Amino acid sequence: MSRPLDADGLTLPGAVAGSAPATARDGLRRRWWRFARNRGAVFGLAVCVAVVLLSVLAPVISPYDPLAQGAGPALQPPSMAHWAGTDSFGRDMLSRIIYGARIALAVGLVSVLLALVIGVALGLVAGYYGGVLDIVIMRVMDGLFAFPIIILAIAMMAIMGFGVTNVIIAVGVGFIAPFARVTRADVLAVKEEPYIEAARLAGVSGRAIILRHVLPNVAAPIIVQAALRVSGAIITEAGLSFLGLGPPPPTPVWGSMIAEGRNFIVMAPHVSTIPGVALMITIVGLNLLGDGLRDTLDPRLRR
Amino acid sequence: MTAETILDVRDLTVDFHLDGTVLRAVDGISLSVRRGEIVGLVGESGAGKSLTSEAILRLIRCPPGRITGEVRFRGRNLLDLDEDALSRIRGREIAMIFQNPAGSLNPVFRVGAQLHEAMALHLDEPRPALRARVVDILARVGIPAPRTRARDYPHQFSGGMAQRVMVGMGMSCVPALLIADEPTTALDVTIQAQVLALIRQLARETGAAVLLVSHDLGIISQMCDRVIVMYAGRIVEQASIATVFGAPAHPYTRALVDCLPRVDGVERLGTIGGVMPGLRALPPGCRFHPRCPIAEPRCSVDVPALRALTPDHRAACHLARPGA
Amino acid sequence: MIRFVLSRVAQTLAVLFIASLIIFALMRMIPGDPVLMLLGDDYTEDAYQQLRARLGLDRSIVHQYVFWLRNVLQGDLGDSLLQHERVSRLVWEAFVPTLTLVVASLVVGVLIAVPSGVVAAQRKDSAWDWGSMGFAIFVYSMPAFWKGIILIWIFSVHLRWFPAMGYVPPWVDLWDGLWKLALPAITLGTFFSGLVARIIRSSLLEVLEQDYIKAARAKGVRQAALVYRHALANALIPVVTIIGLQFGALLGGAVLTETVFAIPGMGRLTVNAILNRDYSVVQGTILAGVFLVVLVNLAVDVTYAFLNPKIRVA
Ligand SMILES: Nc1ncnc2c1ncn2[C@@H]1O[C@H](COP(=O)(O)OP(=O)(O)OP(=O)(O)O)[C@@H](O)[C@H]1O
Ligand code: SF4
Ligand SMILES: [Mg+2]
Repeated sequence: MSRPLDADGLTLPGAVAGSAPATARDGLRRRWWRFARNRGAVFGLAVCVAVVLLSVLAPVISPYDPLAQGAGPALQPPSMAHWAGTDSFGRDMLSRIIYGARIALAVGLVSVLLALVIGVALGLVAGYYGGVLDIVIMRVMDGLFAFPIIILAIAMMAIMGFGVTNVIIAVGVGFIAPFARVTRADVLAVKEEPYIEAARLAGVSGRAIILRHVLPNVAAPIIVQAALRVSGAIITEAGLSFLGLGPPPPTPVWGSMIAEGRNFIVMAPHVSTIPGVALMITIVGLNLLGDGLRDTLDPRLRR
Repeated sequence: MTAETILDVRDLTVDFHLDGTVLRAVDGISLSVRRGEIVGLVGESGAGKSLTSEAILRLIRCPPGRITGEVRFRGRNLLDLDEDALSRIRGREIAMIFQNPAGSLNPVFRVGAQLHEAMALHLDEPRPALRARVVDILARVGIPAPRTRARDYPHQFSGGMAQRVMVGMGMSCVPALLIADEPTTALDVTIQAQVLALIRQLARETGAAVLLVSHDLGIISQMCDRVIVMYAGRIVEQASIATVFGAPAHPYTRALVDCLPRVDGVERLGTIGGVMPGLRALPPGCRFHPRCPIAEPRCSVDVPALRALTPDHRAACHLARPGA
Repeated sequence: MIRFVLSRVAQTLAVLFIASLIIFALMRMIPGDPVLMLLGDDYTEDAYQQLRARLGLDRSIVHQYVFWLRNVLQGDLGDSLLQHERVSRLVWEAFVPTLTLVVASLVVGVLIAVPSGVVAAQRKDSAWDWGSMGFAIFVYSMPAFWKGIILIWIFSVHLRWFPAMGYVPPWVDLWDGLWKLALPAITLGTFFSGLVARIIRSSLLEVLEQDYIKAARAKGVRQAALVYRHALANALIPVVTIIGLQFGALLGGAVLTETVFAIPGMGRLTVNAILNRDYSVVQGTILAGVFLVVLVNLAVDVTYAFLNPKIRVA
């Protein structure tokens, strides 16, 4: 299973003969076309871009201050003045939802990045060096893997207390094990490739081999894994916030907004439903994007 | 001897519609098989042998495939039947066995149960009787300890044993025609001979006709009464076994025969220069002309028709002469 | 087969051991002095030292772990600070409703997933395929707690078909129990069905390409029997694996779903315990959750081996 070139066109310095830059670009273009033909994936990409834009531009485009109480009368249904209505404190829901995208995205991306860095490092080390190190690392990962993500996150929140940073850590810890597993499995496969052997015989150090030859080759499945996990992280964050274990009020987070609206489901259903729609569209987008990336980048998983 | 014609295929064509293009994998094939006869269908890999034999039972997925022409089986055109009527013919009147015996049995069902099912689908017999016949058939095809082996799963059978089971399953409802698509290609040479002998024996006992697909002229020569040679989706020659080996009229057949292992046992298969063209790059005129040693200018322009040289011998070559 | 089961049991024990270490470590990381918290207003220096000794907290960390593990293995999870009740009892009482919900959701999920996955595979690239896969992604991507609220809004508030909340064990009152379980089970079951339908579709597509399907068709098996007997028997095997892999997610989803429907299960117990800093209860629920996930995975692997003749009859 040789994957000399990957999405970002990482070339292996000197290691793979015959993979001239031209082929790299062709491969990239072909992959892009395969991705672009997948309507779901393109839709997912569009949604993700939109969410990123919303959160980056939040201060510019939100019509109100998300924390300002009494921006309008409380529990107003959607109107021209408040497109998504107001909540029980009279805060503008649309502004809160836009700012909520920031937190969702921050938690999703940073926690997955955290898990990725730690998990990939562990997986590389375990897979490349093998032996006792491998056994110890992977058994710990097995143990970690046994924890349902949300339950682990709940436990972590109990210990660390509430707050955005803690949410990021709590959510991230649960994703370390999957990254470590995927990475290790691929390292084991790549390790057998002749050019790795050649580099080793040429006296290249273990760390250099890992960073320069092994890592680029396992990048694709890791990217796919990351894309698929971001949605999980956002759902987990929303779940924590829904339970009241997320960032404390009055932080605008989708999960707490949904939880709060629960009390007004009869008289003001918009308070719960609209943030949920935002959350759901984001998740659908991320999942479609992740599936599309998987189909494009990871040939083993393609159906 | 003019026995009843069981299968009469006319102008059979198989197309694949893929990404807006049409690939013609089988191009206007006509052939017939008479009662009690063993007919060989021979050709290189990719010639369209499997598609031809699967098209007879309509086993090709349509779309993307499209089958046209006529497949007359005892007078009825199988291409006109609905799925239900067809499934009463499949396995009952026409049986088929495939190249990959190990993969032809469903891995999660017991071997005996699969044999049982084949009969229960078509025969109106009580369960105990069928169960007894399962053991009987396994014994007949030479499976030792048939009673116990009936309870085994496919992965516990070797390829040769699995293919014997398939042969036994194919013959279990006493079909009028058995289509065997490279039944021994995946097997060891010694096992090959056993399976072929089994096919011949059961065919003789039941009076079934056999359409034997193979890329191996050697096997064909041992088994068949008549031979049909395919090249790139078309029939190039069709004759009795004696004619094909004694006086082949088509240069391709001649090359095939020349490639057969000699008495000295040295195999020289595949020594025809060049390769068969793919479906996306079929040459105009005679499809064999890029490789033909005696090609003339018109060969790359005009399609040679399949002409009768004698009543029992046809060839599709501009230069073919009777007895040449 | 026996060798396989034994080795999986050994692996399971190893995982449980590691998990217990992790939980133990987590519990040591809790800020604050547990002895002080246990004593509360009864604090005296003497009482403090006594309790500390009784809890084994004056010994080495290894000793503490062994001590803790022995208690856990004996089912002694300590007492709840708040409810003056054995933690093991609280956990067990909360465990049953959660498990009931999970099982009901599994059933609902499979009932939805099998037909929609089969239809999608059989009519690949048709409107049916797009429809059922779109639905799958949709229900899979809806957060369980939000979906629950929407269902309540539609089916309880507007249509008044189902109650919005409450839990009655189905074995106490079958109809009332199932009626109250319906919305939560649909909430969580659709999530699971989204996952499974996609797996069934892709594994069925793969199986339908296999030679034995063609061979079965050639022997006269009709389309319906071909798909539902011959192909599905093979295509469902990976679904078993998915149940194992996703059981944790399912349990997590149950924790969230039951808070929406006010089911007195693990979720409510845990969250209340956290908010009240009742850590021995938190520890108990986490232990129970992990234990369940690991056991289910063992069961799934054994089932998988059993369903797959290549492993069962080696
Ligand atoms: N489903 C399909 N779609 C497109 N092309 C196909 C399909 N099935 C077969 N073909 C093409 O049709 C041609 C004939 O295939 P076929 O399997 O009949 O060959 P064959 O003579 O049986 O060869 P072999 O000895 O390899 O079995 C091949 O070029 C093959 O690539
Ligand atoms: S028609 Fe021409 S090219 Fe074709 S086989 Fe005959 S001589 Fe050769
Ligand atoms: Mg073939």
